[in-house]
Amino acid sequence: MALLEIRNLNAGIAGKHILKGINLSINAGEVHAIMGPNGSGKSTLSQVLAGRKTFNVISGEVTYNGKNLLELEPEERAHEGIFLAFQYPVEIPGVNNTYFLKAAYNEIRKHRGEPELDAMDFLALVKEKMKLLHLEQDLLNRPLNEGFSGGEKKRNEIFQMAVLDPKLAILDETDSGLDIDALRDVADGVNKLRRPDNAALVITHYQRLLNYVVPDFVHVLLNGCIVKSGGKELALELEEKGYDWLACQPCL
Amino acid sequence: MTTTTQQSKPAPADNAQAHLAAFDTFEKGGARRFPAWVNELRRAGISRFTALGFPTRRLEDWKYTNVAPISQLPFKPAVNPMPVALSAADLARFAFAGLDGSRLVFVNGHFVPGLSAISKLSVGVKLGSLAAAMSSDGDIVKQHLGRYASATDHAFRALNVAFFADGAFIYVPKGVVVEEPIHLLFVAVAGEDGTAAHPRNLIVAEAGSRLKVVESYVSVGSAAGFTNAVTEIAVGEGANVEHCKFQDESLGAFHVATIQSSLARNSRFTSHSISVGAQIARHDINAVMTGEGVECVLNGLYVASGSQLVDHHMVVDHAQPRCASHEFFHGILGGKSRGVFNGKIFVRPGAQQTDAKQTNRNLLLTDDATVDTKPQLEIFADDVKCMHGATVGRLDEDAIFYLRSRGIPHNAARRMLTQAFASNILARIGIEPVRKQLDEFLQSHLDAEIRAVEG
Repeated sequence: MALLEIRNLNAGIAGKHILKGINLSINAGEVHAIMGPNGSGKSTLSQVLAGRKTFNVISGEVTYNGKNLLELEPEERAHEGIFLAFQYPVEIPGVNNTYFLKAAYNEIRKHRGEPELDAMDFLALVKEKMKLLHLEQDLLNRPLNEGFSGGEKKRNEIFQMAVLDPKLAILDETDSGLDIDALRDVADGVNKLRRPDNAALVITHYQRLLNYVVPDFVHVLLNGCIVKSGGKELALELEEKGYDWLACQPCL
Repeated sequence: MTTTTQQSKPAPADNAQAHLAAFDTFEKGGARRFPAWVNELRRAGISRFTALGFPTRRLEDWKYTNVAPISQLPFKPAVNPMPVALSAADLARFAFAGLDGSRLVFVNGHFVPGLSAISKLSVGVKLGSLAAAMSSDGDIVKQHLGRYASATDHAFRALNVAFFADGAFIYVPKGVVVEEPIHLLFVAVAGEDGTAAHPRNLIVAEAGSRLKVVESYVSVGSAAGFTNAVTEIAVGEGANVEHCKFQDESLGAFHVATIQSSLARNSRFTSHSISVGAQIARHDINAVMTGEGVECVLNGLYVASGSQLVDHHMVVDHAQPRCASHEFFHGILGGKSRGVFNGKIFVRPGAQQTDAKQTNRNLLLTDDATVDTKPQLEIFADDVKCMHGATVGRLDEDAIFYLRSRGIPHNAARRMLTQAFASNILARIGIEPVRKQLDEFLQSHLDAEIRAVEG
């Protein structure tokens, strides 16, 4: 059984129909990339999967780990192992980065019936994961994302992902706005977290990230439909030809 | 009916007769223990109060705060010290109980030596009861008392002048640094409705001195008591004073207070006003720069729920050039509560290179909570940097979603963001143990607020 199974998903926002029948199946151990131009529905898909209620699901089914994902609240999805790395991580003044992450981590442990980690043990875990991302120590003590540079924000997303250890990671344009060093660090972090029992959905506009995070499958999203799927070589083809040649394809 | 003529006259105090009668009794009795010059001030105070009457909503400064519930109370001024049925253990539950440094305890405005503890003070520092200081340090008190907080246009300050009996007196001589914060604890023990305390505090920090003061107001019992406090703070040249006020009186209580500071050349004054208690709480926080190079920071955090009303009025008077003032006020309003913020910044002619900033942000937790906010600038100089802004809003849905997407439940996310909004102000408190205690207090207080909203 697939980890994530999306069947004929239609969704939109404020009366606008954006996703028009998405079908996608992701197994544990796989990395899937979704590529598409601006406005094709990439971010809508990631927000719907994470449970953002401003987007409404019109029809279709999403099964995650045997459960009806669409019935779960955003926090329940996180408890079940879904993690969304935001395209635009929200700045939250006054909430300490580490305090927030410890609260999130312990909520997930609580859900799994595991004892909560105390401050000392959590700090040890955090230190270990920080090395992975080349994260500056002071980021931990700063308010969540407040005043972080674009690169710091994205590193912080992947750092949170490393700590929360999700089963399904959704990376929404994590590469946008990153310089090459940050891109490498972020990709490196994602690669280190790849295991046979988890999966990733990498959403991106450009092929660049996929040089570092090599996907097993590439899907092209155009006008709310997946119009083409293939292996990693499809990303290179898109890089070369752009998206135009795929216009007017029917949904897969 | 001659309604129009009646309206053009100042509204008489609703039960001014009761106040006059109480003053008469006080003057002929308890007031005789005070020096003659103090009682002269009192007479001026009561006559001013009688002329002004309680403020009505027709006055701009009282437009959003109806004080009728206060004016209609029976008036029982606690002008004479009464035997105190409180023990040190009774006070342990109030904030800052474990604070190092001196603590002065006042019950219904009267100093209670048995509950107070004065630690070793540097040479020349004076700390104690104002009533006692009027005799022992009459010259200093006379030089400052009533010089800063004007009773001319403020009925409650006039009433305080008429009826004050005691309060704190703090004097720090030139160049002396008082390391430990001084805690002034005002306990309102309202045995019956209308019990009124009129604490009067005088803080004088001479040139180059440093001082930290914490003023907290709490209640024992839930009767409709009335606290009408005035604190005058004279900050000398180059001196540095940090003042933190915490108002947590019972929900039956009424609290009106003025903190008036006078800031000499190159001095620094930081004020924090944390207000969570009382049915109606009105705070006037005023600062006048009397010399150049002053830095004045006024911070505030108000939290209200149920039918509470909390009102902050600030006047910052840039009377001299090259001074900076910053005001940061956050309000968190739930239930059917109301918040009022009015900040006036005057930049006088010639007060060039003034840097004045004022920010008021309000978080409404319910549909029924309201806030009236009015930051004001009146600028009569041309080379100035002034900025003001006010916001009223709900919790940020993007932020809530972000936290939830990490596994934090909806309600916990709301609590976390509300506390962060409060911490933003508390983080500015430089007296670390005070900040820490207030942070912990507000965490549980806001937890309860948000749980109430969640039903």
